[in-house]
Amino acid sequence: MLLEESAKFCPGCGYSIILMMLNQVLLSQKLQTKAVLGLDIGCSLLGWNYLPVNTFQTHHGRVVSTMLGYKRAQKDSVSLALVGDGGAYAIGWQGLFYAARRDEPVTVIVVNNTVYAMTGGQTAPTTPCGQRTSTAPVGCADKPFQGPEFLKNVIQPGAFLARVAVNDPKAVVSALEKTLAAQQAGHFSLVEILSVCPTNWRTVGKATFDYLEKLKKVYPLGEF
Amino acid sequence: MFKNKKLATGYEVAIEACFDAGATMMYGYPITPVTEVFTEWIKRGGESLQAEDEIAAGFGVCGGVIGGQKTFTTTAGPGHVLMQDPLSMAEGMRLPMVVIVGQRGGPSSGTVIYSQQEVNLAVHGGNGEGLRLVYSPSTIEELYFLTRRAFNEAWLYRFPSIILTDGYLLKSQGVFSVKEDLKNVSSYPLVKEGEQKHWRNIYTLEEELNEVVLQNKKDFDSIKEKVVSAETYQTTGAEILLIAHGIVGAAAKEAVDILRQQGIKIGLFRPLTLSPLADKELNQAAKGAKKIVIVESSLGQLAEIIRTNLDPKNIATFEYLQFPALGVETETIVKHFK
Repeated sequence: MLLEESAKFCPGCGYSIILMMLNQVLLSQKLQTKAVLGLDIGCSLLGWNYLPVNTFQTHHGRVVSTMLGYKRAQKDSVSLALVGDGGAYAIGWQGLFYAARRDEPVTVIVVNNTVYAMTGGQTAPTTPCGQRTSTAPVGCADKPFQGPEFLKNVIQPGAFLARVAVNDPKAVVSALEKTLAAQQAGHFSLVEILSVCPTNWRTVGKATFDYLEKLKKVYPLGEF
Repeated sequence: MFKNKKLATGYEVAIEACFDAGATMMYGYPITPVTEVFTEWIKRGGESLQAEDEIAAGFGVCGGVIGGQKTFTTTAGPGHVLMQDPLSMAEGMRLPMVVIVGQRGGPSSGTVIYSQQEVNLAVHGGNGEGLRLVYSPSTIEELYFLTRRAFNEAWLYRFPSIILTDGYLLKSQGVFSVKEDLKNVSSYPLVKEGEQKHWRNIYTLEEELNEVVLQNKKDFDSIKEKVVSAETYQTTGAEILLIAHGIVGAAAKEAVDILRQQGIKIGLFRPLTLSPLADKELNQAAKGAKKIVIVESSLGQLAEIIRTNLDPKNIATFEYLQFPALGVETETIVKHFK
């Protein structure tokens, strides 16, 4: 496996682990050449030269709409949209929702670290209730946004929705394989990967993963 | 369909041009006055997607052209505002995105059929330097040819291209014929299977983006002479130079004929491309004019472009005939000179 460039992610970030697993799945399925990875804004954009896969950065919350256009133009491709929880569930939600509703055959990988990480940890739709951030100094008032649970009401038979956690590689790999299978069968797929952001969580070592375990109670893992 | 002279409606002609240009996919969102542009494409069997908003329609086009598909969209007014989001990505990544804009009165939802208040938006919208090709047709025939050119020049030079028209032209009928057979520029995938392209749209260092912007500007300037077009009419010995674009340009041309008959030494400069502007032709036409009269259906959006492109030595007395959000009739222009 060839890595193009060293990671530009913060130490301990979940993105580099997720991208490595994605690459492993593409490699084992011989899909590296067919795959095109579109990146949203925020930390996902740092993956632009990370994998030996066609990759391009898109725009502020617009990766899903762009990648469904790409897929419609290149029907034989494997169209992948990598996006954070803010990009997917706030700024890009309308595009994501309708892509799911129309059963667009694209794979959306949502890296959920429960904050706007690139901008310094502001409240995201996924920030747990009561969590204090620089945009919610007295604590986040809203209920956590559960993307796959929302989308299961609008998807078509054959579409795939799952939530896995970055510290369970087997589950991540298995979910990624299923998303690719769904796309190749002509359906929409989304996997939300609960990830870690020690920089913005201000956690070190074990504390990072203890927090991740707590998040699993807010965001149940599984297929939807 | 329109190869020989016949009567046709603007939106039919625009869509005829898209088919003739080799477009194979359209993304759209219904909005007056361009809904018929979208439905005509569908009625004639074109592949399409009705998106949930203009943002998704525009980014669908961006993804499609990256995949090598000749695709386009149409929008108007508040939809054109949203369309600046994908247009700004198209400008940043040099995507051959084609948009047919039917201007509405603004701001906001404004009116629905006509105005020339989207010039600034088309030319300078987005958080960049306004490196777009913007065409402004005055007649049904120009609507056809400029739409064909928009596709060709977008794919040849890789700049987003906007056909800036309005509901009057799109919904009016006119005699139309294709005089020559334009050759199409082929589309091609901007990301090829297996090439391992790593394509940025976000830069870490100011210097990196500065270099990209300057290179894009250099490219834009280098194609200028190939893409600019304008009509100069009755400008020889003209003491007054009338300047107008789009459908107001058609009224201005008629006004020049009438005023010339009345012995007034008046000529017309009518840009067919607003970006880039045919500055050489403009300055040639303005040379010797004592007065420049700029007519438009806005509060000076065309005037600003003209003043920017005028050589200081050609700056004469200016007069502005501005009718924001109103149609401008020939008689109104003629009356001004009485």
